[in-house]
Amino acid sequence: MTLTVRVADVTKRYGSIAAVTGVSFDLDKGEMVALIGHNGAGKTTLMKLMLGLIRPTHGAIEVLGDNPAAGQFAGRRHLGYLPENVSLDAALTGRETQAFYSRLKREPVAKALELLDMVGLGSAGARRVGTYSKGMRQRLGLAQALIGRPRVLLLDEPTTGLDPELRQTFYEVIKQLASEGTTVLLSSHALTELEERAGRVIIMNHGIKVADGSIDELRRLARLPTKIRLKVSGLGSSEAPAWLPTGAPCRRLNGRVVEIDAAPEQKIDLLHRVTAEGTLVEDLDVVPPSLDEIYAHFLKSTETPR
Amino acid sequence: MNVIIVALKEIHQAVRNRWVLAATLLLAGLALSLTFLGSAPTGTVGVRALDVIIVSLSSLTIFLIPLIALLISHDAIVGDMERGTMLLLLSYPVARWQVLLGKFLGHLAVLAFATCLGYGLAAVALIASGSSINNDSLAAFAAMIGSSVLLGAVFVAIGYLVSALARDRGTAAGVCVGLWLLLVLIYDMALLGLLALDQGRNISAGVVNAILLFNPTDVYRIFNLTSFANVSMFAGMAGLAQNTSLSVPALLVALMLWTLVPLGLASLAFSRREL
Repeated sequence: MTLTVRVADVTKRYGSIAAVTGVSFDLDKGEMVALIGHNGAGKTTLMKLMLGLIRPTHGAIEVLGDNPAAGQFAGRRHLGYLPENVSLDAALTGRETQAFYSRLKREPVAKALELLDMVGLGSAGARRVGTYSKGMRQRLGLAQALIGRPRVLLLDEPTTGLDPELRQTFYEVIKQLASEGTTVLLSSHALTELEERAGRVIIMNHGIKVADGSIDELRRLARLPTKIRLKVSGLGSSEAPAWLPTGAPCRRLNGRVVEIDAAPEQKIDLLHRVTAEGTLVEDLDVVPPSLDEIYAHFLKSTETPR
Repeated sequence: MNVIIVALKEIHQAVRNRWVLAATLLLAGLALSLTFLGSAPTGTVGVRALDVIIVSLSSLTIFLIPLIALLISHDAIVGDMERGTMLLLLSYPVARWQVLLGKFLGHLAVLAFATCLGYGLAAVALIASGSSINNDSLAAFAAMIGSSVLLGAVFVAIGYLVSALARDRGTAAGVCVGLWLLLVLIYDMALLGLLALDQGRNISAGVVNAILLFNPTDVYRIFNLTSFANVSMFAGMAGLAQNTSLSVPALLVALMLWTLVPLGLASLAFSRREL
């Protein structure tokens, strides 16, 4: 069995408010999945459901062979969780915190303490958590989530408050773990960060899963135009180039640069036409739709009545 | 195992936050002042100095131990939830009842340490000052310390139940103050008033006993003031001691039930809670 997390038709209602409605997905071993959506879209609710902190109103969840809603927790030995706005006991030091959590997971304390060095808290480990800055607390939160090489990592907004350098280290560690078979589910607002890293993206909107797939698949589904920027020599200031496909919106940027929004299937055709005309292309930029744009597209498409 | 890990962490935190120090100093200070000031009525030649202290210390305990226990415990669940530390703890391979039991053992250890040390100091000081103390009195004193810890356990458990049910910390604190007032002060006054009004017409001794069992502080009071003959003489409870049919084991069982039932209910409420 390689599935680590199974969410089947899960609905969670608080009174009359539905936090999550009919969400299903499976997460596989070694997958790195980005869970994106605005505040209140149900990302944190989904993670809490996977941890058994709340019970689904409807549907079933399985995490590492456990049913968290029934209070089963054996699999949680191999699960790491970093909550949004992590809070830790202020009276304990960083080292004591890390030791406490590693004992609960039955992992060697010495190894857990090494993680403190990795997140750059080696020298602050003897200080009380109460004296830590927000960024330091976030680092300690990361260190505890990584105890014992987890097989499933649930990270809720993991990079908020981290400086760029540590962010880089963080993604390297995550990548390493994923390549060793850890399932990583992370929610984030920093879409540009995730773009090149997440193998799969799940987009949530108002508690409903609106898209799920690799970034390339989502690009295809969204049918968003690719921006093609051409720097062309010998182009009159106002004339529209003859090689422009009909119906493709284009803009002139600072004189000699033309930006064209090309539909996915027009891309190659357009390039053929440009070169066939014998136009002198000095430079070429192809900008595929970013995750930001894909995200915006899926949100808009679910909000307009279908 | 998980229970022990959580308990040790609670003790560690209590030491750090100076809860242990504060509780021990408070109990030791009051016990010592009662020891030396409280011997005034019997004079310095009093042969039963320890028995007098048992009477005054146990009266003090009824006010103080429940208050300290509720102070530590009312925050245990709802407070950790509000601070967000419970969220992380429950993502670990630990059951909720283990968290609750671990906290209970940790808090009880803190309370037991403070009580034994604080009250023990009073006994040591008395012996050091040259009072002669017989074995009966020592046994009664040890029973007083033990039952004080048990009373502490009762109120820690009650505090957890409130904490597991309350929506926020403020509510938990308010309810705990109310419970303290009710069980420590109002209950007895109301009972006295009732008995005075009734003039013994309808309410039999059996009913009074039952009513007393419904308040853990009364159980504690009867246990300490009537179960040892010498003490009950000083406490002026000799008359009551003859009338009450509540045996020592029955009183101890009552205190244990007063611990286990709220603790069980707290565990149930906590396990059903969403956070």
